[in-house]
Amino acid sequence: MMIGIIWHRFKRNRLAVVGLTVILIIVSVAIAAPIVAPYDPFVIDVYNVISPPTSAHLLGTDDLGRDVLSRMIWGSRISLAVGFVAVGISITIGIIIGALAGFYGKAVDAVLMRFVDIMLCFPTLFLILAVIAIIGPSIWVIMVIIGTTSWMDVARLVRAEILTLKERDFVAAARAVGASDFRIIFRHILPNALSPVFVSATLGVAGAILLESGLSFLGLGVQPPDASWGNILTSGKDYITVGAWWLSFFPGMAILFTVLSYNLVGEGLRDATDPRLWRSGR
Amino acid sequence: MLFYIVRRLLLMVPLIFGITLISFSVIHLAPGGPVEVETEMSMKTSAQARENLKKLYGLDKPLHVQYIDWLTRFVKLDFGKSFVDDKKVINKIRERVPITIVISVLSLIITFCIAVPIGVLSATRQNSLFDKLTTVFVFVGFSAPHFWVALLCMYLFGMILGWLPISGIQSIDISGMGGLEMLADWAKHLILPVLIGSLAALAGLSRYSRSSMLEVIRQDYIRTARAKGLKESQVITRHAMKNALMSVITILGLAVPGFIGGSVIMETIFSIPGMGLLFFQSAMSRDYPTIMGILVIGAVLTLIGNFLADIAYALADPRIRVGKD
Repeated sequence: MMIGIIWHRFKRNRLAVVGLTVILIIVSVAIAAPIVAPYDPFVIDVYNVISPPTSAHLLGTDDLGRDVLSRMIWGSRISLAVGFVAVGISITIGIIIGALAGFYGKAVDAVLMRFVDIMLCFPTLFLILAVIAIIGPSIWVIMVIIGTTSWMDVARLVRAEILTLKERDFVAAARAVGASDFRIIFRHILPNALSPVFVSATLGVAGAILLESGLSFLGLGVQPPDASWGNILTSGKDYITVGAWWLSFFPGMAILFTVLSYNLVGEGLRDATDPRLWRSGR
Repeated sequence: MLFYIVRRLLLMVPLIFGITLISFSVIHLAPGGPVEVETEMSMKTSAQARENLKKLYGLDKPLHVQYIDWLTRFVKLDFGKSFVDDKKVINKIRERVPITIVISVLSLIITFCIAVPIGVLSATRQNSLFDKLTTVFVFVGFSAPHFWVALLCMYLFGMILGWLPISGIQSIDISGMGGLEMLADWAKHLILPVLIGSLAALAGLSRYSRSSMLEVIRQDYIRTARAKGLKESQVITRHAMKNALMSVITILGLAVPGFIGGSVIMETIFSIPGMGLLFFQSAMSRDYPTIMGILVIGAVLTLIGNFLADIAYALADPRIRVGKD
């Protein structure tokens, strides 16, 4: 029933619905990459480098004659995977830390929340660059490091939810029948605290995709020949000066539209799930 | 108020301690530690030379001793010498920090000056065309990769139109320029980095001022103000904005790490010799002392930014400074 109400309210936000549609299209294209990509994304054609968009190559070819559209279609898999895995990691960490802090309170809470404050002081990109400089860039390192530097918001949200939920009668009832702390947290409290986490996750995917593209720009993102939107854009940027704008324009647009869609959906979900907004009829 | 400031300062001590601990651990993630990195280039380095290097950096001691050594030097702002050019790290950072701070503060001011009017106007005209257009605009600005926007702007304004220089913070030949001319030259170089740098925080801040404005104008005292016959413009500027914008100050403080972190990309793309570019170069050459120094300084700058925002908030809102003492 809850989901029904949320969907009903979400539907009224037209921008968010457009965003959701775009996301669904992009995800299906990523899944169907082998079928929809017109060319092999790794095949080099030295007689046809930096070709402008033509009917054969809809988005042109890059400096090695590879089809940009096909690379972008395959790249969508990697860019989305970075977003999903990084967010999966950050949410797991955030939920655990937030739940422990909120449920146990006192010293546990104080220590964990100071840890959150400390992590929030570091400019994310500095921390990420330092780690990548030391360990070296690979797609797994990037997913893990983006995940481990972006869980703080989730932790705070979960903690706040749990602080109010743990005083409720159903928690006292669960405790009375002898449920363990673990069971109370994960079976009884958490499921009621998930809607802000869901919003945060949606926005997090957007942030992670954007971060990966920034890292690619610095040469520390997903490494070629694997294609991500970020590194297709980056390898094309040197050819802007010779007028080959399409090499970096289209991947940039792909990032922009995907990230924008996730942000719009996240924002729509936030409005739809916030009970304070239900009453006022906004 | 003094009590509030002192208490706030004391709260920063454990945070600074934590910052140093995390920075230290990050650097020691490296397999084999910093010496392996410095010697891996030359295979001929003898075991003896390695040991000497380790001694030189104190890496032969147990980790906790190393940390305490490093911490005592850190208190004296001694971050050691750079692996790259043997200069003192603190001097390298000191040269670069002002540029990054100036650009961040300028971006912060620009963000504030654009975001607040957008937020206020779209709240007072909720669901109007203006509200919808600005919503889309700030979301697009927030969602676009900023280095990409920078590239496109460099291409458009720097190359096609030729209006703006695309790298550095001043022209190569500034000897013949007077004071005003130099200022204009500066402004020309900084306009793109500052504007693009403020895109990221624009969305958050304008959405935030919009929603807090929406909340305020529904309150009873606003109805009272209208009822007693005040002009709408006065109701908004004198009564509503004052309360709605108070909390915006805190959000402004939270935007600081974004600006400092973003400086890596902005300074790299526009070749601005600030802390971000230095950090990027140090990361690429694995210059551990410099990486560690900037990591700590960057986090402490954020801490200071948040502190200033809190003080400003307390100054603006008497409930904070009186209520909690």
